[in-house]
Amino acid sequence: MPYVRFENISFAYGEKQVLKNFSLSLEKNEIMCLVGPSGCGKTTLVRCLLGLNRPAEGEIFVGDTCVFSSKRRINVPPERRGIGIVFQDYAVWPHLTVKENIAYPLRKRGLSKDEIQRRVESVLELVSMRDYINHLPNQLSGGQQQRVAIARALMTSDDLIVMDEPITNLDAKLREQMLFEIRQLQRNLGTTIFYITHDQKAALHLGDQIAIMDPHGGLVQVGSDEDFILRPKNRFVFEFIGVTNFLTLKPVNSSYSLDVGSQLIPWPEKLPDVLKNGRAIDVGVRPNDIVFDASSPIRGIVRRSVFLGSEYEYFVQLGDKELRVQLGTLEAAQSGHVKEGSEVGLRFLNPHYYEAVREEAWK
Amino acid sequence: MIKLRRKTTDLAAVEGRRISLDGIMTALAFALLLVVVVIPISMIVYHAFLYKGKFSLDLIIDQFTRDTTISAMWNTIKIAVLVTVFGTIVGVFYAWLLGRTNIPGKKLMRFLFTIPYMFPPFLGAMAWDLLLNGRAGYLNRWLMKTFGLKSAPLNINSIWGIVFVELSYYFPFVFMQVVSALERMDPTLEESARIAGARQGTVIRKITLPLVTPAISAGALLILISSLAHFGVPAILGFAQGIFTLPTRIYAVIARSGGSFEGIRQGAALSILLVLVVSIALWIQRRVLSSGGYDIIKGKSMRPTLINLRGARIPLFILALTNLVVIVLVPLIMIFLVGLVRAYGLPLVPANFTLANYKRIFAASGTIESIKNSLILSISAGVISMLLGTLVAYVVQKIKPKGTALLEIMSVLPYSIPGMVLAVGVILAWSGSLGINLYNTLWIILIAYVARYLSFSMKTSSAALLQVHPSLEEAARTCGATHTETLRDITLPLIRPAMISGFFLIFLPAMREVTTSVLLYGPYTRTLGVQIYALRDAGMMPQASALGSVAIVLIIVINSIVNALNKDRRGV
Repeated sequence: MPYVRFENISFAYGEKQVLKNFSLSLEKNEIMCLVGPSGCGKTTLVRCLLGLNRPAEGEIFVGDTCVFSSKRRINVPPERRGIGIVFQDYAVWPHLTVKENIAYPLRKRGLSKDEIQRRVESVLELVSMRDYINHLPNQLSGGQQQRVAIARALMTSDDLIVMDEPITNLDAKLREQMLFEIRQLQRNLGTTIFYITHDQKAALHLGDQIAIMDPHGGLVQVGSDEDFILRPKNRFVFEFIGVTNFLTLKPVNSSYSLDVGSQLIPWPEKLPDVLKNGRAIDVGVRPNDIVFDASSPIRGIVRRSVFLGSEYEYFVQLGDKELRVQLGTLEAAQSGHVKEGSEVGLRFLNPHYYEAVREEAWK
Repeated sequence: MIKLRRKTTDLAAVEGRRISLDGIMTALAFALLLVVVVIPISMIVYHAFLYKGKFSLDLIIDQFTRDTTISAMWNTIKIAVLVTVFGTIVGVFYAWLLGRTNIPGKKLMRFLFTIPYMFPPFLGAMAWDLLLNGRAGYLNRWLMKTFGLKSAPLNINSIWGIVFVELSYYFPFVFMQVVSALERMDPTLEESARIAGARQGTVIRKITLPLVTPAISAGALLILISSLAHFGVPAILGFAQGIFTLPTRIYAVIARSGGSFEGIRQGAALSILLVLVVSIALWIQRRVLSSGGYDIIKGKSMRPTLINLRGARIPLFILALTNLVVIVLVPLIMIFLVGLVRAYGLPLVPANFTLANYKRIFAASGTIESIKNSLILSISAGVISMLLGTLVAYVVQKIKPKGTALLEIMSVLPYSIPGMVLAVGVILAWSGSLGINLYNTLWIILIAYVARYLSFSMKTSSAALLQVHPSLEEAARTCGATHTETLRDITLPLIRPAMISGFFLIFLPAMREVTTSVLLYGPYTRTLGVQIYALRDAGMMPQASALGSVAIVLIIVINSIVNALNKDRRGV
């Protein structure tokens, strides 16, 4: 039985329908990452869960409790849902010290002074902020404020915490560290975390489960990191999850050829039958799924090569297209480094085929 | 699961028809604004156009076509335009000098700019009258003696005199606006012009000036509107020479009729004209302000490159400082000195100084009474307006019910309505015609003050509430605080500094208020301003000056006490 359930949630801001019959489940003691482009309705969904927005339709359950139901006219106010939240802008109260910020949910629950002191100290230990107990937020850095926000959310609930883009405002290095710490914290405490982000990388790092939303508020795919990388459900997921090269295949007689502007090269790989309907096909390949193969009939010219330490990145010109190719340093060392300006043969290892979106490519 | 200490969890979870806190606040905001703002203003319109229940334009036509009205209107416009033009020039000059050049003594000059805020304009007018009065002004007599002149060379009791005194109070409006725009302007804009080969003068003309134009026009229009509605200075300087502006004419019409209904009706008709004139200015303001505005002016403060004045540095400093001293310090010193002199007209030398004036004014029962009244009125008007303004601001900014725009207009309306007009409306509304007679009580003055100053606190609270990001309140809700608790624990503490400064924005002008009180006071409800005005009217210059000094000291003392109390809280 899932821990949090959204069932057929619909929500509209005025005329604009944001969510339509949206359903999603979260397992207990897991991190669920909800990923989607900006403005797709992720935050709206979270606000419905917290009780800050009222959906027009649907039901929301947390554990056995129904916190919202349009049919049964249930709408538990936010203060009684007991869900911890970490906002993107930290929302640490600037007029209260770190201790007062963290103690606030405990005070609202009527705990004794000693109990509050004990729990505040232990949670500060957990987020390694013990030394800052009497600081005011404006004396803390962004990362430190975010820790306070996480500590406060943990005081609101040990069971369920929602994090809405919690690390977006931090710099790159700190982001990575916070991701690690959140993961560590969750492992230690077993708290269920609903993590909202537009950054697919963070989701892949963090999520036990990942759910991806399209720009129109629909749920596209739910699964593990492997599912997304190896079995993207559609072109949107494929494009969203990483860097992608797209090429166009043009139907020539009974077979298909790669259209690179200046020439047509017969496509050597097998095509799925469903797409063989006489219309163009888009083929998507990840940069690390392209290898150099001198025997391949697909010939390109290396325009630029960048060494990134663990890998080489090549920009290869193929007709009027430019492809990004990534090669691990080890591989590159074995096969020999390719110089800028030299001609290479290209082989595509794991191509994904989609119906062409740009019809004007062939006429 | 978390145990909640409330017992009614299930019950409250089910939606029902409840009267929410938001609903109550919205209703309250509308009701209070109706009483404080809408009723007085509608009463003016009602009485100007309806006579004994019938619509009639006779009164309006009669009043509007009188020579006295027309000359008052022209005077009002003439003074306002002159003050605006010169005030803008002086304001921009000082803003540029202090904001963009390496002139010395910036701190000193900035301090001098704050003095007019504590020094009521009508006291300033009084001081200049003492100095440059056509007959007995100290400076005039000295000039006549020194240069052997037959008649007084300068006459402050003239249109130009009024313009000069108002100017010295209003030019800081432009100064403040422009100096802050200059400080927020991205210096690279000017630097890139210099790098592109433009000369210093060209940069000022082609880059700096156009960029601060919106700030200049905002300040200039503020001067225009304030001056159109201004009462104190033309009342002190103009009456003697029969120079009237619309606000002083309204006062004269009502005072001459001894507060009779007919007089008040005439005042109401004139009020309509004054509101019309001000509305045109407001309309222009709206047009100008909506068209202007550049994004190039950043919110964060940057350090602009200062212009090296080189040889002009010291002469400009002397000019600027002398000018400021004359405008700001001379009247202040004058009031203090005349308050000490045995009789008006005696030379201002220590031999003639005495504390007798202070003894006399404090022996008179009216003085203590007036100070008490003013303190009671300013503190209660400050507190009430602060709370009400914050309430309205909260409803407008956070609840946003239907009719938000109406609410906002209602609360800002009195700010654009001249104080004199507001006083007429308050008399018409609360002296019995609606069944409640507050005339001759402090209440009627209090209502007028609250109406007049409400928009001050509303603006500061609004700005502060905009800074309180919704997530701060939402975080409190999810932490287990109810709506009311969130307001108490989070929102109110966060906007408290703004509320306190809102209180002071009201307290200080209310303490020295004269425009509305002069129409509303009764035998036992004189305010400090009215008392000074009355003493001067009775020809008791030294006593009026002595009381004026008391008022200034009082305002400065209270101001510094609260500034000391209102320090920011600090952590470890």
